[in-house]
Amino acid sequence: MQPAILQVKNLHVEFATYGGIVQAVRGVNFDIHQGETLAIVGESGCGKSVSVQAIMGLIPIPPGNITQGAALLNGKNILGLPSREANKFRGVEIAMIFQDPMTSLNPTMTIGNQISETLMVHRGLTHKQALKKAIQLLDQTHIPEAAKRARQYPFEFSGGMLQRAMIAQSLACNPTILIADEPTTALDVTIQAQILALMKELQRTENMSIILITHDLAVVAKMADRVAVMYAGKIVETGKVNDIFYRSSHPYTLGLKNAMPSNQQQKKKQLTPIEGSPPDLFSPPPGCGYFSRCPYSMRICESKPPPDNIVNTTSNQQASCWLQHADAPRIDALNQTSQSDAD
Amino acid sequence: MLIETRHLKKYFAVGRNQQLHAVDDVSLSIKANEILGLVGESGSGKSTFGKTLAGLLPRTSGETFYQGQPLPEKFSARDHLKYSRELQMIFQDPYSSLNPRMTVLDIVGEGLHIQGQHSRQQIRDEVASWLTQVGLNADHMSRYPHEFSGGQRQRIGIARAMIIRPKFVVCDEPISALDVSVQAQVINLLDQLKQSLGLTLLFIAHDLSMVRYVSDRMAVMYLGTVVETGPADEVFFNPLHPYTQLLIESNPEPDPDFERARQHQPIRGEITSPINIQPGCRFADRCPKALPVCKHENPPTIEPAANHIVTCHLFS
Repeated sequence: MQPAILQVKNLHVEFATYGGIVQAVRGVNFDIHQGETLAIVGESGCGKSVSVQAIMGLIPIPPGNITQGAALLNGKNILGLPSREANKFRGVEIAMIFQDPMTSLNPTMTIGNQISETLMVHRGLTHKQALKKAIQLLDQTHIPEAAKRARQYPFEFSGGMLQRAMIAQSLACNPTILIADEPTTALDVTIQAQILALMKELQRTENMSIILITHDLAVVAKMADRVAVMYAGKIVETGKVNDIFYRSSHPYTLGLKNAMPSNQQQKKKQLTPIEGSPPDLFSPPPGCGYFSRCPYSMRICESKPPPDNIVNTTSNQQASCWLQHADAPRIDALNQTSQSDAD
Repeated sequence: MLIETRHLKKYFAVGRNQQLHAVDDVSLSIKANEILGLVGESGSGKSTFGKTLAGLLPRTSGETFYQGQPLPEKFSARDHLKYSRELQMIFQDPYSSLNPRMTVLDIVGEGLHIQGQHSRQQIRDEVASWLTQVGLNADHMSRYPHEFSGGQRQRIGIARAMIIRPKFVVCDEPISALDVSVQAQVINLLDQLKQSLGLTLLFIAHDLSMVRYVSDRMAVMYLGTVVETGPADEVFFNPLHPYTQLLIESNPEPDPDFERARQHQPIRGEITSPINIQPGCRFADRCPKALPVCKHENPPTIEPAANHIVTCHLFS
């Protein structure tokens, strides 16, 4: 396997608030290879957005603080660079698109000018050249009448069209990595399907890597090669998409799956909610973050955090869970092949 | 039929003599103790339909019947008092639908207070009992909404609607603001309340899988009109209208093998503007199977299979 183009190691991010210090990200490790899609999935407040914002240097410091960790882009640490340094990779090597296209674009600039700005800053093009390239990019993201649309303002676009424009902007400097933070959460399913298809198409033609942040397991199933499941500021399980879905080795992953309706079987199955709510990250629990909600919790889980990467040798999955320890009791529902699996 | 609409229309004036056709000629009926799921993209008029049904918006034309009795076109204060005992609503956003300056006791107990037939202590007891029934703690009644998480607030909203013991509840996207694990909690709670109280629900949502899961029957809306209704599994697994077919094909499944095997071209274009609508099928400009007739003639409503109704020229 080729070396990873981006490696994130032991990332810790805190925020100082009036209520105390929130430990939003508590030791996150992941890497991403050329051309693959890594989905980071988790519920609100689990730290998935904060992790990538920290990599991009988008965390306001203070109140934020990156207390530990490194993010190696082709071997060079990019974490915590001053913004002038960060601008050399931001938008050039790593580009980002956001959840809410309506508020992420500047309402007072035309779409064409916003895209050309990127090209003028990073590539030193003249305004005329940049605008021409911007129209090409809009065309590449299948915006009809791109030349006319480039002269319009964001309010004249629909949500789906704005997301296309934001993707066009992110492609301006041919990034190697595209970070998509909940790119389709604000869109309808039919528009979501269009945007996801567009992202896949561009990934193929540009050979980009995509980090997809989402809470929707169905979107993960559609897009991801590999998956990292986050809970309470930590990654609890990583593995190939099929392993995560069909052989979940962390109880939280299993819980998420059972809480979603599936349309595979004709008969209705009962939804099993995960009882309780995520832990308070002002004072995170000393042991496993999922302890209080986990149906299989053991005594050790309360006091001692599980080691990060217990590797399940059969599937090369990593789960941060004491149940994967050699001495732990076997839980039938975990690591079992469920439903269909073509591999 | 517990509640029924015939040719219900709700237009909004948007200036310059223009009309926004939010709900245009919708005839739907819901049996007692049934859950009707209403799906559609944003802008299809599903929330407006729900609000008009619950009497929160006056209708433009058409009729609504509740237990065979016609409901007034516009609810007066007295009508609200009368019908709110029977018809209640649960809102989408648990953050903005609870008054931040009222305690949970005041919020949940307000309905009983307005009815004026209960003493303070009775209201207190009732609120305590409902808070436990929706999975909260009775001690929570002296707290304010900001002290609760999204899922807990949605439960407060449910308790507020249920304390009146209504027969019919409009649930307007009750779970779309919640996390996956919490969605299942709220869905199971609604299902359990339906069983124990014999409730009838209009369940509005855009999450197709969830609507299929909770509903007995399903109705699909597009640009103010209902294009297809039928038993939920029938509509989901055997959709007739081209729009329903494309909607279900666009709905991703949490199953990687299934997603990889799926051959599907995303539906083209976007929902058009509901202002000053011309005759013809509203879906014609995006429809891959459109016939020449679709562009200028309103499609007929047909029942090709028992209880499975579709409004489309392809079936005439």
